[in-house]
Amino acid sequence: MRQRIPFFVVAVAAICVLLGLAPHPGGEPDAVQAFGRLPVLAEGRIKPLDSVARSTLLVIQGYQDVTTPEKKELTPDEWLLDVLFVPEKADTYRIFYVDNPDILSLVGTNKADLSIQYMSFNELAPHLAEIEAQEKLAEPVEPQTRTRFQSSVVQLYGNLSHYLRLRRSLEPEGSKDFLGELLHLQETLSDGVEAVRAKEAGKPHDEAKATAIIDEGQRFIGMAESTDLLAIPPDEDDPDPNAWHNSGHALLETFGKGYVNPSVLAYAGMGYSWRSNEPSSFEHIVKIYGSSLEKRFGRQVRKARVETIFNAAQPFYAGMWIFLAAFLCAVLSWLKWPETARVSAWGLVALGWAVTTAGIATRMWLEGRPPVTNLYSSALFIGWGSVALCLVLEATYRNAIGTAAAGMIGFATLLIAHHLALAGDTLEMMRAVLDSNFWLGTHVVVVTTGYASTFLAGILAVIYILRGVFTRTLDKATADALARMVYGIVCFATLFSFVGTTLGGIWADQSWGRFWGWDPKENGALIIVIWNALILHARWGGLVKQRGLMCLAVFGNIVTSWSWFGTNMLGIGLHSYGFTEAAFWWLSAFIATQLALIAIANLPLARWRSFRA
Amino acid sequence: MPPLIRQVRNLFVSLRLTVVLLALSIILVFWATLGQVNLGVWGVQQRFFHSFFVFVRLGEFRFPVFPGGYLIGGLLLVNLVSAHAYRFRMGWRKSGIWITHAGLILLLVGELVSGLVQQDFQMRLDEGETRNYSESIRLNELAIIDATDPKFDDVVAIPESMLANGTVVQSPKLPFRVVPREYYPNSTVTLRSKTPNAPPSPATQGMGPMLAAVPAEVSYQDDLRNNPAAFVELVGPEGSLGTWIVHTLLGNPQEFNYAGRTWKLFLRPVRHYSPYSITLEKFSHDIYPGTDIPKNFSSKVRINPPEGGDGREVLIYMNNPLRYAGLTYYQASFDPSTDRTTILQVVRNPSWLAPYIACGAIALGLVIQFLIHLAEFARGRRRA
Repeated sequence: MRQRIPFFVVAVAAICVLLGLAPHPGGEPDAVQAFGRLPVLAEGRIKPLDSVARSTLLVIQGYQDVTTPEKKELTPDEWLLDVLFVPEKADTYRIFYVDNPDILSLVGTNKADLSIQYMSFNELAPHLAEIEAQEKLAEPVEPQTRTRFQSSVVQLYGNLSHYLRLRRSLEPEGSKDFLGELLHLQETLSDGVEAVRAKEAGKPHDEAKATAIIDEGQRFIGMAESTDLLAIPPDEDDPDPNAWHNSGHALLETFGKGYVNPSVLAYAGMGYSWRSNEPSSFEHIVKIYGSSLEKRFGRQVRKARVETIFNAAQPFYAGMWIFLAAFLCAVLSWLKWPETARVSAWGLVALGWAVTTAGIATRMWLEGRPPVTNLYSSALFIGWGSVALCLVLEATYRNAIGTAAAGMIGFATLLIAHHLALAGDTLEMMRAVLDSNFWLGTHVVVVTTGYASTFLAGILAVIYILRGVFTRTLDKATADALARMVYGIVCFATLFSFVGTTLGGIWADQSWGRFWGWDPKENGALIIVIWNALILHARWGGLVKQRGLMCLAVFGNIVTSWSWFGTNMLGIGLHSYGFTEAAFWWLSAFIATQLALIAIANLPLARWRSFRA
Repeated sequence: MPPLIRQVRNLFVSLRLTVVLLALSIILVFWATLGQVNLGVWGVQQRFFHSFFVFVRLGEFRFPVFPGGYLIGGLLLVNLVSAHAYRFRMGWRKSGIWITHAGLILLLVGELVSGLVQQDFQMRLDEGETRNYSESIRLNELAIIDATDPKFDDVVAIPESMLANGTVVQSPKLPFRVVPREYYPNSTVTLRSKTPNAPPSPATQGMGPMLAAVPAEVSYQDDLRNNPAAFVELVGPEGSLGTWIVHTLLGNPQEFNYAGRTWKLFLRPVRHYSPYSITLEKFSHDIYPGTDIPKNFSSKVRINPPEGGDGREVLIYMNNPLRYAGLTYYQASFDPSTDRTTILQVVRNPSWLAPYIACGAIALGLVIQFLIHLAEFARGRRRA
């Protein structure tokens, strides 16, 4: 029986993951899911509407599900449908996160309401002018030097305009029955256009018809200018497959072509049936439109479908909890049930690693890129690489140290990734200078592996210190094994961080004409290389023994976290992507804990619970 | 061996020195990274890396407070070479370390050389335009041009540093002396009629009396150019010809006649002339649909060789520079207002190959050493 427990534990976790892939019972109807799968072009790539909904909600609200004032739970797709087609309802959903007391007073909530953190568009709308005025004052200030109020107001304004651009992307502001209006336009189109031509030529014409057409044109121009969601696919005869339009732009072509764009009509039809709550006709229109797209954009539609499944499965979120469970199992194995808990931990780490591998592979396929393209994916990859190394360590040593480290790093990196995802779509486009799969695949992957292994050495040292000082479980054999592991991983880290850094130098020489430019991120990577070299030389020279090695490895965590995040916070240089203010405090806290660990490690051995004779 | 020499030798071959130097270099790099917020990359390189000591200004005086890049790098080099000379043993077990350190020496020396000899220029070309020179990004010169012969310019170029120091220049090519009177390292220039409160100008000739130059703070930011201004007096054998203002923001040279010849005065970026010329045929700039994220920049240029003929056409784009006649041309930037102007970075770096070889050697050495360790570790475990 005892031997079966680990299988049972892993099986339960695996079933939980697989449940994420299956449609939830009582979840959103098929038609809504099919709507979420429709491809559009946004932020430079073709993606499903589901991804548009989710990344918008992550940016505005910080999480993906919406609760209506009637306490009804909405999926991201249902929320998007309301925003697009029933904006008067969507405007009442409290999705705007307002965290700054000065902003709360700006939008006129009285003192008693200061605890309100989420506000609806309707609650914010009366104060749009003040918010805009404050934003205009704060916007010219460099992001690094903005006060909290300034960054909050810039962010809130950005979120509001993001929401408004989405709300106006398929139907014009204030339209009650857009489908009816379009059908009416289709009927009166030829007469109207003729009247406008006659009017321009100065000939007798029907003034009412001409004005109606001109007014429509004005409205479409307004629509075309107020959104960046390119939802309307290119015409069949368009040679450029990326020439997607926004709805207003496609409508402006009506007058030249003599008919209303069928995709716009299809969306208007979906809007009508969604608004008037006719699920069967909604489903019908989504299906017809979806299959017509599939005929022309088979590959993109398939990709969009996979991306929707990927969105719903949330493999990295699942992986995060699996790694946490693995860590707890590994710790349990040192305290009680050594064999059962150790094997369970190993199985869970392997499962977590498999899930993250699948997730990263899916992202690579969707994006057509190597694994690391931005800060978010670097967090995923650092976790993935460290866990892979840990699996090797655990297979070699079988003492649950590898799995404990894997659990800790896997959980921490996926948690970091989870928070980095709040910045928006994580499958973003690569700027021209970074647009090189060869260098992204070599320099970035190798240097990120260097980061991962430096962290791993540090985490192993943390385990050494914590177990040594606070438990009696660190016997001499385990301590020696840990020291060998740390030394080996530091060697590995030196190799990868050096090769990765110099590959970066070669890339820089290829694209800017200098091998080394003392850019902050380059310096950060250089410091990691030098630090690893310092550890090795200090050990070879006999300057440090086992405990000294552990302290140096823990300091490696500080060095690596500085290079990974700290250099971005300076806001200068070529690599200064992804600055977040909150990250600064987390980084400081992390550095403080590592310094504390080094201080603890330097307690006299008599104070350690292990090693006491 | 006398004890003192033995001590010195022991110091220079010790791993303790290596560790101390590595620690110092980490502090230096970290400090320099923080310093970039105010100083910019270029300022930081001069202050921290291309120096023997880092100086800190206290009141009037500058104190050396920390070893600079040259000192740390130089000592590391001495440490490395002497340790290897002292402990030299032939044998495959250390072969990886040997190769690694040989590569490291090449890397340090190569970076030192390229820091000393590398030159950076920019070439700005509109579509259809042809140029046979590129311009320095940071350095300026006062060009005094004898333009009497319309087919041929005879140029005397005075570096900006001489204007800054007030050095009086007398040249056999010039019938007058050049006397710098005033110099602003960065300044703006306005029409005097628009700024009635400006102090009187020392300039008496050319555009000078119409203009007011206002000194501005020197910028260290990498994307901002400083615009120096100077007032120079030209003094002939019979006395002063007057004082001119020269300013990098004045797009065209100022012309005057003296001693029967036509002269032009122009403060401009230092030029690097090449025997061939380059024509921009087409600049392309793509963005991702529906965004303003740049997807690609590229410049289609034609190289016109000095011997004439058709030349050849080359496409320069991101990560794909043109290497020609010892210079390398990179797609650096463009003019967003027109989308028809490319800015190419032009680099001369004779030691560009050194880091490639060095890094190859170091990586090879590390891999060899890593595999040796791994094999020993595996053998040890099998025995255990």
